[in-house]
Amino acid sequence: MTLQFDPRFLDAGEAALVVEFGDTVDPVINDRVLALDAALRADPPTGAREFVPTYRSLMIHYDPLGIDRETLVAIVRRMMTGLTEWRGEGTTWTLPCCYDPALAEDLDEAAKILGLTRDDAVALHTKATYRVYMCGFTPGQIYLGDVPEQLKISRRATPRPPHPAGAVSIGGGLGTVVPFVMPTGWYVIGQTPERLFAAERQDAFLIQAGDLVRFEPIDLSTFRDLAQRAASGEIVARKRAA
Amino acid sequence: MRTDASEAILRILSAGPGATLQDAGRHGYLRFGVTAAGPMDQLAHATANLAVGNPAGATAIEVSVGGIELTAEGAPLSIAVAGGEFSLRLDGKPLPPAVLLNLEAGAVLKVRAGGRGSWCYLAVAGRFIVPTVLGSHATHTRTGFGGLNGRALAAGDRLAIERSVSPTPSLSAIAAPWLDRPLDAICVVLGPQHDYFADDQIAAFLAGPWTVSAKVDRMAYYLDGPGLTHARGYNIVSDGIAMGAIQVPGDGRPIVLMADRQSTGGYPKIATIIGPDLGRLAQARPGAVFRFEAVTIGQAVEARRSEAALLARGIVVEPLMRTELSSEFLLGLNLIDGVVGAEGSG
Repeated sequence: MTLQFDPRFLDAGEAALVVEFGDTVDPVINDRVLALDAALRADPPTGAREFVPTYRSLMIHYDPLGIDRETLVAIVRRMMTGLTEWRGEGTTWTLPCCYDPALAEDLDEAAKILGLTRDDAVALHTKATYRVYMCGFTPGQIYLGDVPEQLKISRRATPRPPHPAGAVSIGGGLGTVVPFVMPTGWYVIGQTPERLFAAERQDAFLIQAGDLVRFEPIDLSTFRDLAQRAASGEIVARKRAA
Repeated sequence: MRTDASEAILRILSAGPGATLQDAGRHGYLRFGVTAAGPMDQLAHATANLAVGNPAGATAIEVSVGGIELTAEGAPLSIAVAGGEFSLRLDGKPLPPAVLLNLEAGAVLKVRAGGRGSWCYLAVAGRFIVPTVLGSHATHTRTGFGGLNGRALAAGDRLAIERSVSPTPSLSAIAAPWLDRPLDAICVVLGPQHDYFADDQIAAFLAGPWTVSAKVDRMAYYLDGPGLTHARGYNIVSDGIAMGAIQVPGDGRPIVLMADRQSTGGYPKIATIIGPDLGRLAQARPGAVFRFEAVTIGQAVEARRSEAALLARGIVVEPLMRTELSSEFLLGLNLIDGVVGAEGSG
């Protein structure tokens, strides 16, 4: 079916245009963002430089000396009239994830807040399939929706100390995997040995907005083995195309 | 680009924090969370490169107020420095802040913070031989990639240069009056989330005055001034962040997001600094006072057009012996000439 789009066009300076479809985390809104992103990437307007899909808007970076704002808006409007429902590029990733207390630094704390046992929290986390709403904040970082209700936890009032690269976290009703050492306001409940960003690897990035992610529990010795293989450039996550 | 057979080494003798290799930026990967990095003051970066015969976006050294001291090894290097008003010395003799020079093997160029400005650019005729990461040499130290092993330059680093064929420059001042930019008003385009603020808060934002705080780096400039209040809360669902976006977190203190910013964020962005004014703010030091002025997209594009036209006219250099300088300065330059003449290999 053809979608009825009525986005807002917001300016982020004279060289970036935000096409905003809503202001909430919602799969229908994200579908529209990704549909427009796919259409623009397939037929990029002259002067458009980069397309950045987020939960609820698409940021179009452009060269204002190469295309003027009105022309860009007109092209985007025209493109949207022909858009059909976004079906995704269909890649499902299974990320190995170690929930051992040695790595899952905040798992007990989060489970306690949520009124769950540690094992139940892990079972819930590994049972679900998550949509990647967007990549951002740091290179290769992914933001995950479709978190089970029982695992929806608010963010911390103040950030915790830096976590290791590969931290798998929950917070603000969402999930994330962060490929960098970084302080966070989220709860670190596991760690993946996969490197979501590796500048020297042929595929520097693995996962993109619209992909699906699952977590597969692994023990500490498997984690160490996979981390070593990932360090040498191997991709240790499993990938399944639709 | 044709190059001569010989390579030269630019050896770092000392470097304050924050000296990095930067080209025009790493573009095309924002959708994966990679921000462009690149120069804090794009106009100064381009000026230094063009003065030495490089493409405007070539890789150059961005020097912070921490300064840098370096020497050439193996062969002389043609070097241009431009940016803030830094204090430069070649083998101890003072130079103007925007200068084109021939750095003989063994000669020492010192760049120190001067009267004003926070960043200057040291361009070398030719090409830095460092790995290209995701299509760029730009250094992003927070995530540790690009430039030289993803880090700032440090004493002992030896940067290999593939020299371009170009005539040995005579010591010259770079005539770049556009780098002498007073801070006064910084132009912004309101939005993308100015509707999170009531009209009186927009007015307060534009009235200022704002002071550049002590918390400034390649990622963000924090501002002090009238606290702003939000009309509709300060948490938004994350969206994209352009360079120059001014986000207002819960404490009401605006933060200008710069070259090494995060790619997305969840605070309302009241306005975005126009491209041509970014370098001007970047050059401001802590304590500098200024206001914001709202302009239309059309006005911002016109300012961009003027800036592009400026550089398209080419960079004029003036051999130093023929410029009007104080007798003290000329005395210093005569000595430099003597040194260069004695050691010059031609």
